[in-house]
Amino acid sequence: MTRAFKVHPAYLFLLPSATALLVFTVWPIAQALWISLHDWSFLSDARPFIGLGNYVELLGDDRFWNAMRVTALYTMGAVPLQIGLALAVALALNERLHGLALFRAAFFFPVISSLAIMAIVWSFLLDPNVGVIAGWMTDLGMRRIDFLGDVTLALPAIIVVGIWKNLGFSMVILLAGLQGVPREHYEAASIDGAGRWQRFRHITIPGLRHTLLFVVVISVIASLQVFDQIFVMTRGGPLFATDTLVTYLYYQGFSLFRMGYASAIATILFLLILAVSAGQLRLFRYRDVD
Amino acid sequence: MSTEASRAEELPPAGGWQHVRRLGGRGSLYALLIVGAVVMLLPFVWMVSASLKPQPEIFRYPNELLPREPTLAAYGDVWERIPFARFFLNSVVFAGGVTLISLFLDSLAAYALARLQFRGREVFFWIVLIVLMVPFQITLIPLFLTVFGLGWLDTFPGLIVPRATNAFGIFMLRQFFLSLPRDFDDAARIDGASEFRIYWQIALPLSLPALATLGVFHYMYNWNDLLWPLIITTTTEMRTLPAGLTLFMGSHVIEHAVLMAGATISLIPLAVAFLVAQRYFVRGVVMSGLK
Repeated sequence: MTRAFKVHPAYLFLLPSATALLVFTVWPIAQALWISLHDWSFLSDARPFIGLGNYVELLGDDRFWNAMRVTALYTMGAVPLQIGLALAVALALNERLHGLALFRAAFFFPVISSLAIMAIVWSFLLDPNVGVIAGWMTDLGMRRIDFLGDVTLALPAIIVVGIWKNLGFSMVILLAGLQGVPREHYEAASIDGAGRWQRFRHITIPGLRHTLLFVVVISVIASLQVFDQIFVMTRGGPLFATDTLVTYLYYQGFSLFRMGYASAIATILFLLILAVSAGQLRLFRYRDVD
Repeated sequence: MSTEASRAEELPPAGGWQHVRRLGGRGSLYALLIVGAVVMLLPFVWMVSASLKPQPEIFRYPNELLPREPTLAAYGDVWERIPFARFFLNSVVFAGGVTLISLFLDSLAAYALARLQFRGREVFFWIVLIVLMVPFQITLIPLFLTVFGLGWLDTFPGLIVPRATNAFGIFMLRQFFLSLPRDFDDAARIDGASEFRIYWQIALPLSLPALATLGVFHYMYNWNDLLWPLIITTTTEMRTLPAGLTLFMGSHVIEHAVLMAGATISLIPLAVAFLVAQRYFVRGVVMSGLK
C-alpha cells in the first residue's frame, strides 16, 4: 500500500490568511500600478493603455498640486502640534498626580470615537449660526466667524480636529515610552543638581528618541492619508482650500469614475508613504550604530 | 500607573520656598490638565447637550452650551426620521463580522508562524511584514473593482470578506504565541492530539487577553471606518453609522438634535466598552503604534 499524500498542517493553517492577503492586498497593489497606466473609466468598456499618460497629466494638473500643497500644510500643521501637546500631556501624566486615570481617559477618549461622526459634531460646534463657539464669541463682543467657509481658516479648523482626534493616540505611546526611561537616571541627575529643563533635555528626550521618532513617522503617514473630517466638514472646500490627496483621489475615482487617474494619485501617495517609512528605517539604522 | 511613583523633584527634602514653589507648580499643572481635558471632552458635551435641546433652543442666537429645557424627543425621532436602526444593525454586522472572522484567520496563521516548522515560513512572515506597511488607499480602487466584479457591491460579503484577515493581527498574535510555554502542546502531541486541537483547546484559551485586545482593536477600527463602507455600499439600506449619518448630514433634511442623538447613540457601545475595559483599548492602540 502506498502512503496517502499528506499536507503539512501548517499550510492548512496558513491557507485562508495567505489567500486573503494575496487576493485583497498584494495583488491589488500590482493592479493599482497596472490600472494607473490606462485610461480606465468605470463607465466605459474601452480602457486603452496610455503608458505614463496619467502621470504626465498629473504634472500639469493644478488641482493635484493644490492637493499636494494642502496635504503638506496639513501635515506640517498637525504633526508637530499634536506630538508637542501629546508629549506635554504624557510628561504631566507621568507625575504622581491625583485623578491620573481620569485625565488619561479624558485625553484618550476621542481616539475611540468615530472621526466621521465626531466631525459632524465639530461642524455643528463651529457653525456661525447655531454653534456654541460663535455664541461665545458674540458674548465676548467679537465678530462671529464662519471657520469652515473661510478660505484661510478652514484648513486650520480641519487641523484642530485632526489634532483633537489623534492626540490621545500619541500620548499613550509616549507614556509607554516614558515608563522605559530608567528612574535612576533622574535621581542621579537631581543629585548632580540638574534642573527640570536639564533633566528633560538630557534624560527624557534621549530616552524617548525611539518612541518619538516612531510617533512622528506614524503621525506623518496618517496625516498624508487624512480624509474623514474633510469629507464630512468641507468636502475639500472652500475653493479647494482643504482638498488633500485622498479627497482628490476619492473625487477622481468615485465622483468622476476615472479609475486610471485615481490610481495614479494612489500610486504617488503610496510612494510618498514608502519614502517616509524608508526614511524611518534609515534613521533607526543610524541610531543602532551610535 | 501608581507604581510609576515619584519623579526626582520629590527627592530633595522640602525646604520652605522650594515647597511653596512645588505646590504652585503642582497647582498650575492640575489647572492645565483640567483645561486640556475639558477641551478634549467639549465636543462630546456639545453633542449630548444639542441632542437634548428642543428645536427653538438649537436656533437660539447666541447659542449656549447646555440646554435650558432638555427633552428626549430626538432619541425617539431618530429611529423614524432616518433608517437609524438599519445603520446600527449594518455596523454591528460589519464590525462584528470582520472582528470574528479576522480573529479566527489571524490566529490560525499566527499559530503556524509561531509554533510550527515548515518550508516557506520566513517567506510568509516577510509578506506579512511588508503588507503591514502598505497604506490602505493604494488598494482601494482595485478592491472596489474586485468587489464589483464579484457582484458584491452593496452587500455584507463585499464589506467583510476583503477584511477577513489582517497583517497587524497576524503579527501581533504571532508575537504572543511565541511567548506561550510549549510544554502543554508537546504533551498533547504525544497523546496524539491533532495540530488543530492543540491550537483550539490549548493555544487559544491561553491567549484570551491578546485576542480581546485585538478584537477590541478590529471592532473599533471597523465600527468607526468611513471610507470603505462609503465606497462599497451604494444604497441607504446598507450604510453603516459613519457613512449613513455623514450622508444625512450632507442632505440637510434632518434636525440637528436628531443627528446629535444619532451620533450619541452610535458612540454608546464603544464608550461603555471603554469604561469597562479601558486597558484593552489602550493596549491595542499602543501595540498598533509599536508594530
